[in-house]
Amino acid sequence: MTHTLLQTIITIVVMMGVLQGACAYLIYVERKVAAYMQARIGPNRVGPFGLLQPIADGLKFLFKEEVIPGNVDKLLFLLSPAVAVGTATFAFAVVPFGPTSNTPGEYQFVIAPGIDIGILFTFAIGSLAAYGIILGGWSSNNKYSFLGAMRSTAQIISYEIPLGMSILGVVLLAGSLNLERIIDQQVRDGWNVFYQPLAFLLFLLAVMAECNRLPFDLPEAEQELIGGYHTEYSGLKFGLFFLGEYTHVITTALLLSVVFFGGWYFPGIVGPESGIILKLLSIWLKALAFILFYMFIRWTIPRFRFDQLMGLAWRTLIPLAMVNLVCVMLVKEFRLSLWLLPPTSLALLLGATVLSLKYPQQPRRRLLTVAADGQPAVTTAR
Amino acid sequence: MPIPENAVRWVEPPKMSVLDQLYIPAIIEGLGTTIQHMFAPKVTVQYPEQRPQMPPNYRGVHRLNRDEQQRVKCVACYMCATACPAHCIDIVAAPSPWPDREKYPETFVIDELRCIYCGMCEEACPVDAIELTSLFDLTGLSREEMMFDKEKLLSVFDQTVKTGSDPIRTRGGKLGPAAELPK
Repeated sequence: MTHTLLQTIITIVVMMGVLQGACAYLIYVERKVAAYMQARIGPNRVGPFGLLQPIADGLKFLFKEEVIPGNVDKLLFLLSPAVAVGTATFAFAVVPFGPTSNTPGEYQFVIAPGIDIGILFTFAIGSLAAYGIILGGWSSNNKYSFLGAMRSTAQIISYEIPLGMSILGVVLLAGSLNLERIIDQQVRDGWNVFYQPLAFLLFLLAVMAECNRLPFDLPEAEQELIGGYHTEYSGLKFGLFFLGEYTHVITTALLLSVVFFGGWYFPGIVGPESGIILKLLSIWLKALAFILFYMFIRWTIPRFRFDQLMGLAWRTLIPLAMVNLVCVMLVKEFRLSLWLLPPTSLALLLGATVLSLKYPQQPRRRLLTVAADGQPAVTTAR
Repeated sequence: MPIPENAVRWVEPPKMSVLDQLYIPAIIEGLGTTIQHMFAPKVTVQYPEQRPQMPPNYRGVHRLNRDEQQRVKCVACYMCATACPAHCIDIVAAPSPWPDREKYPETFVIDELRCIYCGMCEEACPVDAIELTSLFDLTGLSREEMMFDKEKLLSVFDQTVKTGSDPIRTRGGKLGPAAELPK
């Protein structure tokens, strides 16, 4: 189940290359998708269809002058891009990116196979990426950067909770935190998304917030914070932040497909006996679909206000995730049919909707009237 | 002045149905719109290769019109220079070598960097001699280069007549009735 040293080194080297190439081309895809949605064409000057654009960008990042502003905390300023990239790539270590199996001696498409705390490891390390942002924002000695960093702290801490809780139901079903085991369980029972649509929805939302993707990109909000935590960064250091962000996107897209969509397993088309190529295609196409979904959402939904962001996490996602978890526990405890779960999810979602309609949380408005002669001022709250 | 309670009109947010409050149908509808736009025709003009079609009343680079005998149409009346709000037209008049007019411009210089392309010179001209063309991509490497003299302005006329991108007022260099000079 584990690799030899040589296998591990080869896997790491290959996957680092694949990840960085994929990140570069995801930026290209992102720009193209953005352009197409805005009735533009997008990058098309460098190479056919602009396909060499990522290489040109990479070269630009490499040869650009490194600007270190005068009043920054140099050590942390230099450290934070490294933290951002390092943690993002480190979190990738346990995520399966191809066929995995329980048969001993077979090659596993994971950098570190057979880790029993798989998901926990990914979340623990992945949320360390917040340190990259916080240190970068703080050491920049710039109010906008610092504001971005503060927002990021609050956001990542809040969304860490629904992220972990929504996935606990899946862990209960599989009986393991090991990502390969979770795939095995889905090969037996079918995709988790059918059993736990609500958990999938919550996880998708939380993961988007963790990646700082657009509806949740308050830490770097260009229009409000002129780039937020990476305002002061340029050249390769800025590129490293970008690399970290897109690595995170790839990791979470793969996680989504592994945890909820069976990884390499595609019922009816790709089973345990299928070839490696089919399995690889299956998992990467799912991941690509999620990445494209992130990009579509990015140009569809406007950014949240900060209180809305916090309200969504604390008032909606966390209670829902908790109740959902309790439902899964009940089903497992009393050995009820797993098919009770999807209607429960739907009922929970509708219940939450009706509740929020019944007790709406509107912003409190105050009417302050100016004092008349000899009369006290009256404040009316509505 | 205190605001009386009945003078304040509170605007209530519209009531939301269960589907609205669920937000998911709205998000799917939004996704539908954006994905529809992905396949919609693109508006990008590939500029250096593909030239945009400017409307014929576009106010771009000036030109000095020629009459049928290829002489400069201008009679050096200074009306354009007077009308110009940016003071970018500099004319030196001289006695005309031709019998049908008194004066002609010895030099006629427009500072294209100073010009605000308002088109007032064009309106002021009694003989339709100065006009704004639809040429928009005006570039130069120095300020001196952007001082367009008489020859340059006449060459703009030749160029626009040749490419058929005449301004709408005097198509093909044919001048309007205002340009008819007494015989």
